[in-house]
Amino acid sequence: MSGQSLHPPLVGAPLLPPMAPPSGIRPSPATWIRKNLFSTPFSGVLTICFTVLAAWLLHQFVSFAVLDAVWAGGQEQCRANPEGACWPFIVEKFDYLRYGAYPVSERWRVDLTLAIGAVLIAWLLWKRAPRRNVAALLFFVAYPVVAFVLLRGVASLDLPVIDTVLWGGLLITLLMSIVGIVFSLPLGVLLALGRRSELPFVRAVCVIFIEVVRGVPFITVLFMANFMMPLFVPDYLTPDRLLRPLIAIALFSSAYMAEVVRAGLQAIPKGQYEAAKALGVSYFTMMRLIILPQALTIVIPGIVSTFIGLFKDTTLVAIVGIADFLRAVETARVDPNWAGPTISSTGYLFAGLVYWIFCFGMSRYSQSMERALARGHKS
Amino acid sequence: MTRMNLTNNEACATLVLHKKIRGTKMQAILKGLVGAAVGLVVSNASAATIENVRKNGVLTCGTNSATAGFSLPDNEGKWTGFVVDYCRAVAAAVLGDAQKVRFIPLTPKDRFTALQSGEIDILAHNATWTSSRDTSLGILFAGTYFYDGQGFMVRKAENVGSAKDLDGASICVTQGTTTELNLADYFRSHSMTFSTVGFADEEAVVKAYDEGRCDVLSADTSTLNASRQRMAKADDSIVLPELISKEPLGPAVRQGDDHWLNVAKWTLLVMVAAEELGVTQQNVDEMKSSDNPNIRRLLGAEGSLGKDLGLGDTWSVDVIKQVGNYGEVFDRNIGKASPLKMERGLNALWSEGGLQYAPPIR
Amino acid sequence: MSDVLLAAPSRRSLSLHDAKVRGIIYQLLLAASLLALAVGIAVQTASNMRARGIPLSFGFWNEAAGFDINQTLIPYDTLSTYGQAFWVGVVNTLYVSLLGIVLATILGFVVGIARLSPNWIVSKVAASYVEIIRNIPLLLQLLFWYNAVLKALPAPRASIELPGGIYLNNRGLIIPEIQLYAGAGTVGLAFLAASIFCVAFWFYARRAQNRTGKQLPGLWVSLAALIGLPLAVFLLVGSPVSFVTPELKGFNYRGGHQLYPEFAALLIGLSVYTASFIAEIVRSGIQAVPKGQTEAAHALGLAPGKTLRLVIVPQALRIIIPPLTSQYLNLTKNSSLAVFIGYPDLVQVFAGTVLNQTGAAVQVMAITLSVYLAISLVMSMAMNAFNQRFAIVER
Repeated sequence: MSGQSLHPPLVGAPLLPPMAPPSGIRPSPATWIRKNLFSTPFSGVLTICFTVLAAWLLHQFVSFAVLDAVWAGGQEQCRANPEGACWPFIVEKFDYLRYGAYPVSERWRVDLTLAIGAVLIAWLLWKRAPRRNVAALLFFVAYPVVAFVLLRGVASLDLPVIDTVLWGGLLITLLMSIVGIVFSLPLGVLLALGRRSELPFVRAVCVIFIEVVRGVPFITVLFMANFMMPLFVPDYLTPDRLLRPLIAIALFSSAYMAEVVRAGLQAIPKGQYEAAKALGVSYFTMMRLIILPQALTIVIPGIVSTFIGLFKDTTLVAIVGIADFLRAVETARVDPNWAGPTISSTGYLFAGLVYWIFCFGMSRYSQSMERALARGHKS
Repeated sequence: MTRMNLTNNEACATLVLHKKIRGTKMQAILKGLVGAAVGLVVSNASAATIENVRKNGVLTCGTNSATAGFSLPDNEGKWTGFVVDYCRAVAAAVLGDAQKVRFIPLTPKDRFTALQSGEIDILAHNATWTSSRDTSLGILFAGTYFYDGQGFMVRKAENVGSAKDLDGASICVTQGTTTELNLADYFRSHSMTFSTVGFADEEAVVKAYDEGRCDVLSADTSTLNASRQRMAKADDSIVLPELISKEPLGPAVRQGDDHWLNVAKWTLLVMVAAEELGVTQQNVDEMKSSDNPNIRRLLGAEGSLGKDLGLGDTWSVDVIKQVGNYGEVFDRNIGKASPLKMERGLNALWSEGGLQYAPPIR
Repeated sequence: MSDVLLAAPSRRSLSLHDAKVRGIIYQLLLAASLLALAVGIAVQTASNMRARGIPLSFGFWNEAAGFDINQTLIPYDTLSTYGQAFWVGVVNTLYVSLLGIVLATILGFVVGIARLSPNWIVSKVAASYVEIIRNIPLLLQLLFWYNAVLKALPAPRASIELPGGIYLNNRGLIIPEIQLYAGAGTVGLAFLAASIFCVAFWFYARRAQNRTGKQLPGLWVSLAALIGLPLAVFLLVGSPVSFVTPELKGFNYRGGHQLYPEFAALLIGLSVYTASFIAEIVRSGIQAVPKGQTEAAHALGLAPGKTLRLVIVPQALRIIIPPLTSQYLNLTKNSSLAVFIGYPDLVQVFAGTVLNQTGAAVQVMAITLSVYLAISLVMSMAMNAFNQRFAIVER
């Protein structure tokens, strides 16, 4: 965008260096305040009210979480302090919150799995990283297998099998979200294509699936998946208790994803389809190389917000007795040994921070993608 | 909305190509679906539970999610408690190993659904045996492991001496329990009003009472006592003297599997019989060579109880050796050797003034 | 499809090489396998249910429920039937959802417009609200609100007394009950008459404005009619209303209407959470209105408030309404999280206690899901109809 890329210079001489902006245009702080905070009397009143409100909220937060909080010590110090957070509680419960009841001697496997996942995700998301397609392949194909082997264990590899009822805490939350994210996007694309198919029955099936799933509360689906499923299908078709909510969450978000993808497909000009067909490109090649790359790019914000919704929805598995992160916080906070005036608030604050960091991180990344793509269009 | 209709303005050739590719894929999906559907129809509706347990090598047992003394997981996921030990006894009987149990924590409202659907093999919950549960839920109770009654817990500061003074109270209860129903009966028959605050989760109920949302916490007295362990200010509350109901708590199994019902029933009865006959975890091996024919039959040295139940000859020894007799299990988890320190009361043997009584083993 | 037929060769062969024929065959196969799957599940379920003695009928509907529900908008007591318990659940779900929708819409529009405010601090506070609230799971927020609401309030004996016989404690907000006497109906009729007058006046005022260009003071006339007429009648018939003030008797306040903490927490949680999404929808909707519209309005001399109300918002609504509909549906579905904090909504009462008592899991879940689907359907239809009013009239 810095002028030189647009046209080749007419003359061989180099361009003049850019001039500094005239000094009068950069506003002084006083001008800025007048313009942005006190432009009208009403605006001034609002400024004062909102400053007071923001300052009060910030003060409440900081004094609870930092200034008045108990940082060292144990149960007694926390019981004696009704004002601030009780961080020793979180420190003691930290392992439980991360792993649930996963056996202590095997927890390195969880750490390793998450570390590999983190490296792959960083590789995938870092825009200037080399060979991102390899990362994608590893993450979407190899990683699920590795994660399964590591987490569940294979006796022949000297990794004892850990029953999924023992899994818990942040492990479950991350597992649910990653599995949901990996499967909901392809399923959503298939459903969206099915909904736009010209075979009326295929279309009807997809529409009914999408609309029914979007019309019912997730917890009722979870309830049926985990407490009623053996009633509907024979034993040998009933998957593991942890797997069922995973499938449920992937199917559930795929319906939402389908609607996001459909919006993207609708936004692609008809000419793109027609041009592809005129060139004799087959349906799948057309979708893979022409339509979907464009359609998915347009709806990146929608896809990411579906991911964020999925991440937040993992909290609902608590209804079927699976100990995800929030459920672990709930269990920890009712521990009578730690009964204290601020234990609940501390637990919720910590949980809130953890969820917020993940979700906010995702939404920031999608915004930066959006900006990068918008730049790409302009130049 | 610019909905596109691909069929329009389209050359036929492309259409053919497009459908061909989609078709092969759909064929694969179709094959899978048809296979699944046929499998569904042909499959046998109810396989014998005991065979499933043996095949899986593990007993899936539904228990309370967290009731101190009855069923409580620690931070490492190890379950302890009175009903937990019953599950372990069944696992010892069927699989010969009391550790081969998979515990599924269930809220009271979900427990019968999980059992009737087949999600769990046996329900060992603080569930009350009632006629309607036996007849209309598709489940059967296999006995009574704890005789209990519903009571009320109030704060001392309220100065309430009797349940008859509870007019107008807000009462915290767990959803899907007999507690909910008994309250309605009790307050109606005493012409009092009340208002319930119900939660699915027992922990939430106790927490709500503890934080002052209700005046009264009502549950089986065993649960009330266990709840004290979860309260910040347990000493501020008392349990009122009245018991307003009979609450025989017992294990339950699905209907239509008599064999499994027998296993569940006799595992419990063998534990009671062992206490009656003085067979304990320590002396069970010596007792095998006892002269008492009742003991010999109990431990499989004589008679054919094990074979008739489809279990091994050593099943009762496994149960007693790995888990203990009824009295030992009681004392260890909720009785005098536990923090709860409950009296045996109605749960003493019949010979000591209680109700626990095992039919003859012969 | 007609285009394809025209384009295709006129001689139609019924061979497998015909794409149309193959399409039909594939669809038939798909239909058959789905049907087989459905039949298979139905057969399996029925045989399982029969083998295990689970009730297959809806006979429980008219049996006595025998449990208490603390918050009911329709008559219910412990002798009522399961069917009545179902309706209590439905009404409670609709009640909290509709109130939540109203509150979330108001809050969401305010925050969304505030995010675009030229005032730096206002827009930053609004942005922080959105970024914090929408990135934290709703369940966590509900648990927080429930605990925050309960913790902050005193026990009944130490109730906070508000003017007008209103009490606030950890059992809820207790307000005086209105008791009506003979003549109260007349006041109601007067209000109805005033409402009809208002609508008529509004039509008249519009027509008058179209004709003469003069604006009539519609708001003031309406307010005067809506308040004045019923008030006059009220005084004429001699105040046929009395208030029953709640009294502390025994454990709790007797008499009066009660707003329970569970309801308050659910309502606050749902509204605050959904408002953060609505705010984003409103912001992007307003930003999508071309800037020239604002400039033109300003050039015509419209004040900023009027520009927003008469020029920007009506155009933005067209973009806002479809995503707004799905937020409304989300709010309604999210109200089922009531089970976690003990508010007796449909899932808590019907898919919870009733299912447990009757054991009719399949029937109860089928009914519950149908109710949610019906609510979605009705709400989508209503919003679509509303949207059509705002759609651009193409010439």
